[in-house]
Amino acid sequence: MTAKSYARSIELPTESIFRNLKHARRFAIDIGGSLAKLSYCSTVSRRTSMVFDEPEQDDASHIYNISETDQVIVRLHFVKFETKYIETCLDFIQGNLIQSKDFMKDKYIKATGGGAYKYKDLITSKLGVQVDKEDEMDCLICGCNFLLKNIPDESFVYQRHGNPDYKFQGVSTDIFPYLLVNIGSGVSLIKVESENKFERIGGTSTGGGTFWGLGSLLTEARSFDELVELAERGDHRSVDMLVKDIYGGAYTSIGLPGDIIASSFGKAARSPKDKNTKSFKEEDLARSLLLSISNDIGQIAYLHARIHNLKKIYFGGYFIRGHPMTMHTITFAINYWSKGEIQALFLRHEGYLGAIGAFLKGEEEEDTERYSWGEHFAGSSGLVSPKQKCFDIAKSRSSMFDHLEIDRLERPLLPCTLLLDVNSYYPDTVDLTKDAEAREYWLQCFSQGADKSKLQAIKSQPSSPDAVERADKFKSRYLDRLSVLKANPCCFGSLNVRTLLDTSSQFLSELDFTDPFSQQKQFENEQALKSLDGHLNHLDTLSWDDRQMALAKGLLAGNVFDWGAMEVRKIMETQEFGFADAQDKLQAIFCDNSGADIILGVIPLTRELLSRGTSVILCANSRPTLNDVTFSELQLITKHVAAISGEINQALTEGRLLVMESGQGSPCLDLRLIDQCLVDTIKTMDTDLIIIEGMGRAIHTNFEAAFSCECLKVAVIKNRWLANRFGGDMFNVMFKYERSRRVSASNNTS
Amino acid sequence: MASTAEHNGFHFPEGSSESNNGTSVDYPAMPWFGMDIGGTLTKLVYFEPRDIAASEEQEEVETLRTIRRYLTGNVAYGKTGIRDVHLEMPNQVIGNRRGSLHFIRFPTSEMYAFIDLAKSKNFSSLSSAICATGGGAYKFEEDFYKMVSLRLHKYDELECLLKGIHYIDRFNPSFECYYWTDPGNSQLCQKVPFDFRNPYPYLVVNIGSGVSILAVKSPSEYRRVSGTSLGGGTFLGLCCLLTNCETFEDAIQLASEGDATKVDKLVRDIYGGDYDKFNLKGETVASSFGQMMSKDRRETASRADLAKATLVTITNNIGSIARMCAVTEKIERVVFVGNFLRVNTISMKLLAYAMDFWSRGSLKALFLEHEGYFGAMGCLMEYLNLGHPCNT
Repeated sequence: MTAKSYARSIELPTESIFRNLKHARRFAIDIGGSLAKLSYCSTVSRRTSMVFDEPEQDDASHIYNISETDQVIVRLHFVKFETKYIETCLDFIQGNLIQSKDFMKDKYIKATGGGAYKYKDLITSKLGVQVDKEDEMDCLICGCNFLLKNIPDESFVYQRHGNPDYKFQGVSTDIFPYLLVNIGSGVSLIKVESENKFERIGGTSTGGGTFWGLGSLLTEARSFDELVELAERGDHRSVDMLVKDIYGGAYTSIGLPGDIIASSFGKAARSPKDKNTKSFKEEDLARSLLLSISNDIGQIAYLHARIHNLKKIYFGGYFIRGHPMTMHTITFAINYWSKGEIQALFLRHEGYLGAIGAFLKGEEEEDTERYSWGEHFAGSSGLVSPKQKCFDIAKSRSSMFDHLEIDRLERPLLPCTLLLDVNSYYPDTVDLTKDAEAREYWLQCFSQGADKSKLQAIKSQPSSPDAVERADKFKSRYLDRLSVLKANPCCFGSLNVRTLLDTSSQFLSELDFTDPFSQQKQFENEQALKSLDGHLNHLDTLSWDDRQMALAKGLLAGNVFDWGAMEVRKIMETQEFGFADAQDKLQAIFCDNSGADIILGVIPLTRELLSRGTSVILCANSRPTLNDVTFSELQLITKHVAAISGEINQALTEGRLLVMESGQGSPCLDLRLIDQCLVDTIKTMDTDLIIIEGMGRAIHTNFEAAFSCECLKVAVIKNRWLANRFGGDMFNVMFKYERSRRVSASNNTS
Repeated sequence: MASTAEHNGFHFPEGSSESNNGTSVDYPAMPWFGMDIGGTLTKLVYFEPRDIAASEEQEEVETLRTIRRYLTGNVAYGKTGIRDVHLEMPNQVIGNRRGSLHFIRFPTSEMYAFIDLAKSKNFSSLSSAICATGGGAYKFEEDFYKMVSLRLHKYDELECLLKGIHYIDRFNPSFECYYWTDPGNSQLCQKVPFDFRNPYPYLVVNIGSGVSILAVKSPSEYRRVSGTSLGGGTFLGLCCLLTNCETFEDAIQLASEGDATKVDKLVRDIYGGDYDKFNLKGETVASSFGQMMSKDRRETASRADLAKATLVTITNNIGSIARMCAVTEKIERVVFVGNFLRVNTISMKLLAYAMDFWSRGSLKALFLEHEGYFGAMGCLMEYLNLGHPCNT
C-alpha cells in the first residue's frame, strides 16, 4: 500500500478539524514539503444577551431589558496538517462549503510555499477556485509582522532547564527592525525594517536540509524528528575534537574553554594508525551534526545582526519547529557568539507565518490594520514540541492537526498612555509559569470552580433544552485544558490568573454561554439602585472627613459584592489618601462588578468628584465576563442614576461625566490593549488620576503597574490563599494611593 | 620599492648581514627546530646549516650529524612523515648562519613515534629543550619531558603564525603570496603573484582542523576575531565517514572527481530556476546535502560526489564567515593559510570566487605558498629570539 492511499483511507475527524467551515469565505494555503497549513476566515454566530431600554414596554420591575440576540464574530482559522492528507482535506472542504462550485469559480485561493505549484491543479479541480501564488518570503514576513504586533507573548526566549523554559516577551509596541532567520532546507536571513521594507541580507546553504541530508547518510534515522531525537541522546565529544583534545585543557590566552568544539567531526578523521574505519554511535554523530549546524547558523546570524546593527533575531522554519533541542542549540550559539548581548527569539506560531501572510495578502483590501486581533485560546492548540506530539498521536488522530484561531476585535486597541513605560509594563502580578506553588493552587482552584461555572451557565438559560449538555461540554473541555496547562504551563504563552479567567470565558462563549450572569447582574443592579437615593442623602449629611471615609468604605464594601464573595466583612486598612488630593483632577475609573459595587461604591465617589469640579470617565468592559458590569449596562445604569442624582445628570449633559468602553472582556485589566477611543479621550482630557477597582484589575493585574499620573488601586481580597500570600486575612482590603512616578523634565536637567 | 628588513614593521637584525661562519654564543646550540603541534598535523621547520667548514664538521658531534643527515637525506620519515621538498628555502641567513629551511609534517597522532625517534637519535644529549607552539605544545609537554627529558619551550600561537608569515614572505626568493584571477572561470583562472610588502591591515584565516580568524592591524596590534569548528578536520572527518577514504589526499582526489550538484539542493531544484526576488541564481546551492533527504538520491550519489559536496560546503562556509569578519573589521585583504589548502586548488578558487562575488570585488583573497608552516617558522624565530615584533 502506498503512503498516499494509506493516508486517504484514514478516517479523519474532519468536523473538529475544520471548524466553522460552513461560513468560511476566503482561503489561503501554505504547502510545504511535509506540512501544509490551510487558512480561512469564517464568521461565528454567537447567542448573546443584549441590554436595552424599552420605555414603551413600561415593565416597572426592570430597569432595563435583556434579550437574546445573535452576535457575529469574524474569526481566522489556521489548520496545520501533514501534506500527505491534502487531498482528503480538500475533499472535505469541497463537500462542506455552502458555496457551490459555480460560486467559487471566479474566486481565488492564495497559495504559497514550495508545494503551491505542485498542488495547483489539484486545488483548482477540487475546489473550483483559481490558485493565486504569493511569494514565500513576502508571506513569511507579513505573517511574522502580524503575529508580533497582535498576539501577546508571541515571541519567547528559550532557556533549557530554566524556570520556566520559555520566557515570553509580552506585547511589542515597536517591533522593527529585526532579523528573521528562516531555517528551512537552507537558511535565509531577512532584515525587516518596516511593514513593507525588508531585504534578504544573507543566507547559508548549511541548514535543515544539511542536517537531514547528512543525518540520513550518517545514521539510520528515517525522519527529521527521529534525527533530532537521536541527537538529544547523543554525546558529541566522541566525534568532535574539543579544545582540550588539542591543548590538553583550555586555551586560556585567547579565552577558549576546554569544552569548546575546535573541530566538528575532527575525531572522525582517520589517522594512518586506524586500519579500519572508526565506528561511532549514531546518536553521537547526530548530536555532533546538530551542534555544528546550529552553531554555524548562530554565528552567521550573529555576524549579520552585528553588521546591520540589529538587536532582535527571530528564528523560524522547520529546523526549529518547537524542538527544544534545536532551540537550545541555537540559543546557546547566539549567546556564545554575542557574549550574551543578543538573545535568540522564537515564535509560538512560527509554523503559521506563511499561511497567515498568504491569507493577509488576499485580505489586503479589507485593511487588517483597522482592527485588533486576539488569540482564541479555546480553539487553538498550544505550543507542543514534535516529541510530545508523538505521544499524543496514540491518543487520537486529530492531534496530527494543529490549530490556531484568531478573533477580529471590531475596534483597535492601544496601550494606555497613562502608563509610565509601556515597554516595561507587564499586567500580571504572579507568573504561574515560574511560581510552581501558585500554579498548583490556581489550577486546582479553577478546576474546582468549573462546576460552579457550569451550574451558573445552566441556570442562565432555563428555557434552552440543550443547556445542560452544553454546560457539561464546557466543563470537560475546560478541565482538559487545565490539565494540559498543568503538564505544560508554557504552551499558551504566559500563564496567570488573567489568562485562566479569559480562557474560561472563551470556552463558555464557545458553547453559547456568552453572558451567564446577565440576569443576576440585572437583579443586583436593580436592588442597588433602590438604595442609591437613600445612600446619597446619607452621605450628604456627613461632615467632609466622615464622608471621605464613607466613600472609601463604600467603594470597598461595594467591591465585596462579588460573584465569589460569600460573606461581607469590612476590615479597613487604608493608606493615607484624601479626597482633597483628587480635587480638580480628571480621573478615569476602571470599574469592576455590577450591582452594589458600581452603584453604591463607584457612583457616589463619582458624584463627589464631579461636585468638586472634576471630570470623570467611567470605563467598563466592552464584552461580558462573569458579573462585571459591561459598557452597555453601565450606560443604562447611568441613565437611571441621572434620574436620581441631579449632579450626575448635569455632568452627563455637560460632558464632564463620560461612560466609555475599555476594549476589554476580562475580569482583569491589560492596559496594553485599551480601546482606541478611550485612549484618545484620556489623552485629550489630560487625565491625571486613574482609579483601578477590583481584585482582578488591581491585584491579579496592575498591582505593580507604575503610572505617569496619580493612581488609586482599590480592592478587597476575596481569596484566602491570596490573602495568606500577602500575609493578610480574607477580606483584607487594599486602598493604595500612588503618586505620579513621572520625573519632571526640569528635575532631569538640573 | 626598496625592500628593507623593516618594511613590514618586523625587525630582522641579521637581515642581509654576512654569516660569520662561526658558532655564536648568542644563539642556542644546534639543531634548530620550530615545531607547531596542531590537532591533526604537526609541522616542523628545520634549519640546516650549509656553511659548515671542514674543521667544524669534524668537531660536529655525531648525534647532530646523524639528525642532519637523516632529515636532509630523506623526503619521507617512517610511514607518515613527509618533507615538502618543493617548499625548501635555500640560502637563508638566520642567527648568523647560512643554510636551508626544510619543511616537514607528520600526523599529530604519530607524536609518540616522533618522541621515540628523538630518543633513538639521542636528541637530549644535544639540547635540553625544543621549541613548540600550537595546542600540542601544552598537551605533549609532560610526555616530552618524561620520555626524552626534553623541555618544551612554548610560544604563543598567534604571534608565531604572524611572525612566520612575515619572515617567509620576506625571504622566499620566489614569490610567496599570490591570488587567483578570474576564479569563476576555469579557462582564465590563474595564479598571480601579489606584493604583500605593505600588508596592513589584513585578516588571516588559518584553516587547520578548525578555523581561526585574526585581524592584524599592525605588527603589534592583532587579535583573534572569530573562528569556526567547521574546518579541515570536519572535511576529513565527514569524508572518512561518508566515503571511507583514508587520507586527506584521497579525500581531495575524490572531491576533484565528484559532482556536488548530485548531493546539494540548488535554488533551481526548489524554484525551478533563478529566485529573482532575492537575486539568487538557479545554480546557487540552497541546501548543502539537501538532496540526501531522499533515499533514491542517496543511492545515486557517488563517493566522489559526497566528497565534493563536503569540500564545497566547508569551504563556502569558511568563506562566508571570513567575509563577514572582514566587513565588521573593515579589512579588504584576506589571507588564507593552513594545511586545509594543501593540494586543494578547488577550495582556493572557491574562496577567491566567494570573496570577490559577495563583496562585489572589494575583498581580495590571498594565499601563501607555505600554507601550513608559518606557525612552525615563527616558533623557530621565537626560539632564536629573532625579530620580536613587540620589541621594535
